[in-house]
Amino acid sequence: MFDSLSERLSGIFENLRGKTRLSDSDIDATARQIRLALLEADVALPVVKTFIGHVKGRCRGKEVSGALNPSQQIIKIVNEELVKILGGETRRLEFSKQPPTVVMLAGLQGAGKTTLAGKLAKWLKSEGHSPLLVAADLQRPNAVGQLSVLAERAEVEIYAPQPGSGVGDPVEVARDSLEHAKKAGRDIVIVDTAGRLGVDEEMMEQARQIREATNPDEVLFVIDAMIGQDAVTTAEAFRDGVGITGVVLSKLDGDARGGAALSVREVTGKPIMFASVGEKLDDFDVFHPDRMASRILGM
Amino acid sequence: LSSDKLTDEEWEEIEDTLLAADVGVTDTTEIVDRLRERVKVLGSRTSSQVRALLQEELTTALGVEADRNLNTVTEDGPATVMVVGVNGAGKTTTCGKIARVLIADGNTVVMGAADTFRAAAADQLETWGTRVGAKVVRSHEGADPASVAFDAVKTAKDDQADVVLVDTAGRLQNKVGLMDELGKVKRVVEKHGPVCETLLVLDATTGQNGLQQAKVFTEVCDVTGVILTKLDGTAKGGIVIAVQRQLGVPVKLIGLGEGPDDLAPFEVESFVDALISVDEQ
Ligand SMILES: Nc1nc2c(ncn2[C@@H]2O[C@H](COP(=O)(O)OP(=O)(O)OP(=O)(O)O)[C@@H](O)[C@H]2O)c(=O)[nH]1
Ligand SMILES: Nc1nc2c(ncn2[C@@H]2O[C@H](COP(=O)(O)OP(=O)(O)OP(=O)(O)O)[C@@H](O)[C@H]2O)c(=O)[nH]1
Ligand SMILES: [K+]
Ligand SMILES: [Mg+2]
Ligand SMILES: [Mg+2]
Repeated sequence: MFDSLSERLSGIFENLRGKTRLSDSDIDATARQIRLALLEADVALPVVKTFIGHVKGRCRGKEVSGALNPSQQIIKIVNEELVKILGGETRRLEFSKQPPTVVMLAGLQGAGKTTLAGKLAKWLKSEGHSPLLVAADLQRPNAVGQLSVLAERAEVEIYAPQPGSGVGDPVEVARDSLEHAKKAGRDIVIVDTAGRLGVDEEMMEQARQIREATNPDEVLFVIDAMIGQDAVTTAEAFRDGVGITGVVLSKLDGDARGGAALSVREVTGKPIMFASVGEKLDDFDVFHPDRMASRILGM
Repeated sequence: LSSDKLTDEEWEEIEDTLLAADVGVTDTTEIVDRLRERVKVLGSRTSSQVRALLQEELTTALGVEADRNLNTVTEDGPATVMVVGVNGAGKTTTCGKIARVLIADGNTVVMGAADTFRAAAADQLETWGTRVGAKVVRSHEGADPASVAFDAVKTAKDDQADVVLVDTAGRLQNKVGLMDELGKVKRVVEKHGPVCETLLVLDATTGQNGLQQAKVFTEVCDVTGVILTKLDGTAKGGIVIAVQRQLGVPVKLIGLGEGPDDLAPFEVESFVDALISVDEQ
């Protein structure tokens, strides 16, 4: 399998002891190894390039040249830079001053939106809120049924006036759900939407309309931790097409290295707020940037 | 310096094209090294000639001899096809689409809802069954998936159906218990006779983890072909090159959308063209 970055770097620095500064070729060799490690972790190529630019700069500085163990020092720098990007301005969910707070979920097909809707509902309920799940995916076969089962498991109310599987208008359902929430005294509305591709203009337009109809406090972009190089294009499409306020990384219970976290963070500038770590409703955690950095580096 | 020789930048561009398509570092390096070797042997080449050579290399990497037909012909009894893969890859949808094609070819098809775990999974398969005209055998939530699969094959036999498609629950390949369960589903189904095809559904957006998926699923249930879904998006699905080169498992079909007809044979040439095409933004 993959060598860890430290193994990769150790070769370069075997003959380095005693040098007062790294030569350009040392730095290039280092950059190459970091590049490989990040690519194997699925960090997107343009993001790798920018990242290495930063790290190279720091490698030229005195913190490395003076170090007893330059390889460890560089790993420390790489790790710090990763955490810096992954963790910038971590924050909790934004609640509206005038309830209901609206949380809209968006993402590619199969990313984990509906499951996350159930998880959020259960968690928010345990925090003393009264969430309402809204079945605004009327496209995927039996998405409404899926959300109903999750609502039952989370013991929260679901608003599902349309049967779905191709029948009903999701924008209307989303809009009407707010009225329903107010009447029913729900303080948080979680809108599940259909999966869509960034290049699907019609579906992206629908997502914009749902957004306009509900004026969400949060639009969470759910992305599968197994995604590869397409993370950048997809994140850009949702950033520009729907507008997002935060990111949720799903299926982190797998063994993917999850370099997409870095790509998405870099492209959207939005915080990664939660980690989805399983199929059950409790498999859900706040996002830990330091753990993610170690994971990307295979440490 | 001759102008018809590729510069370092041009070589890097070739490498980057493959990396950006999820081909992965190992396979990209090997493919580009072979290409460099051939360019050296053949003498100086222009960019467009090198591009043609790259196309050749990628075609070779995808397995020239690979059998990409769906094997659904048996001596007697229904042909059994199992559909496996990680969560959300497109298994259930693909079952529906395959049934559609088979039915259009005059076959009768039974589908078994051996995903008894995910909320409304059996309902989803049933909707597909209605859509395409296939009978669906299902049980209650939490039922033993192996026995649902067994019953599905039995029903197909009783009905003298031509093909039975077994839809299984999504599972991440590092979950040992779930992978064991899948092995069991297959063994129980095989009590009726050999499984014709075990198809791994791979989402085209998947990065390097796709190779690990293919490895473990192949170990557990002997995958005979890959179905690469969601190629209608911007992802290129380059990880299937590693899957073919390292495991010898060919891509058989591709998914191009959410509708019943959005399934197509895997064509190496167009796949390679799309993989190395530079997207105009
Ligand atoms: N292992 C694991 N599976 C997950 C996780 N989140 C979701 N899933 C599974 O992934 C699959 C897809 O999840 P959904 O919640 O249906 O995804 P979605 O984004 O709503 O899908 P569409 O509505 O079809 O676009 C299901 O099998 C879920 O059980 C996770 O964090 N870990
Ligand atoms: N754009 C696109 N979407 C697809 C394709 N194949 C499946 N989907 C969508 O991807 C999502 C997941 O598909 P499913 O068939 O439910 O996936 P699955 O592997 O059965 O999921 P689990 O059973 O939950 O593991 C659904 O929204 C499908 O409509 C495809 O080729 N292109
Ligand atoms: K594509
Ligand atoms: Mg959904
Ligand atoms: Mg399924």
